[in-house]
Amino acid sequence: MSNAVSVLNGASFTGLAEVKDAGLVGMITLRGDLASKSLAKAVKECTGCAIPGIRKVTQADGTTVVWMSPDELLIVTAYQDVDAKVDALSTALTGAHALVVNVSDARAMFTVSGSGAREVLAKVAPVDFAADQFVPGGFRRTRLAQVAGAFWLDTDACFNIVCFRSVGQYVFDLLTTSADANAEVGVY
Amino acid sequence: MLILECPYCGVHAEETELQAGGEAHLKRFGPGSSDEDFHDYLFMRENPKGVHFERWRHVNGCGKWFHAARCTVTLEVFGTYTAQTGTPPQALLDEISTKRPGWTWREFTDASAPHAGAEDAS
Ligand SMILES: [Zn+2]
Repeated sequence: MSNAVSVLNGASFTGLAEVKDAGLVGMITLRGDLASKSLAKAVKECTGCAIPGIRKVTQADGTTVVWMSPDELLIVTAYQDVDAKVDALSTALTGAHALVVNVSDARAMFTVSGSGAREVLAKVAPVDFAADQFVPGGFRRTRLAQVAGAFWLDTDACFNIVCFRSVGQYVFDLLTTSADANAEVGVY
Repeated sequence: MLILECPYCGVHAEETELQAGGEAHLKRFGPGSSDEDFHDYLFMRENPKGVHFERWRHVNGCGKWFHAARCTVTLEVFGTYTAQTGTPPQALLDEISTKRPGWTWREFTDASAPHAGAEDAS
């Protein structure tokens, strides 16, 4: 089997904030009826997480479950655990109108952390990043300049950014430009 | 800047997160329909000065289609509602009637206003 690597193979940049390629990350798209008890049970058993509320994430044991839309979750977990989790979820959801698919290699993940993280993202996304508006556990699907992207804020003040792998270089360049040490606005 | 609240994810999305989807509540005329109905379904659209109903998609967001009612003159947004309906919610129609007495759009009108043409007849 080929040696899997993440889109920028762990690249990092330090400026107003630290921007990092998060490396290989497992991602599973789950579509189905988020209100159904059997789906909630399957997710709980497989990830340890409850179904997140609208524009929220839930986390347990290194796995994050993200609310993507009224009928879609993204499960973010260890890269090597994905196949087993996909199998477990698919089995648990047999007979239900649901879809479970491994999208790990279709996506890229970056982290933006440090005191300037809110400002770095605020320059590229039409979202209010004020500390009382975008709180830990919060999630947003939006655009990052010209491409689709999504992010959530961990409890340890680190933004996790997900985008399509095909625009990984663009997003990294965008974030590092926004995080340029000479580009401080000082809003947050 | 146009800002619409997505009825699915609750985001007050500004224009760059949205994709315009044209007129709302079109009734499809397909195979078996008359030439006239099919023509109107394909080509005839409202172009009102005032109250308008549109489809929008939260494309850089939750991805869902929804409806919006707004005024093309002032750009006031009366409200947004889900796509799973063939008619605007009554509460929204009532609100529009309060704000724009006598409004009319396709088969929807200010229900409290006298019939169109009644004034002309006097
Ligand atoms: Zn939305």
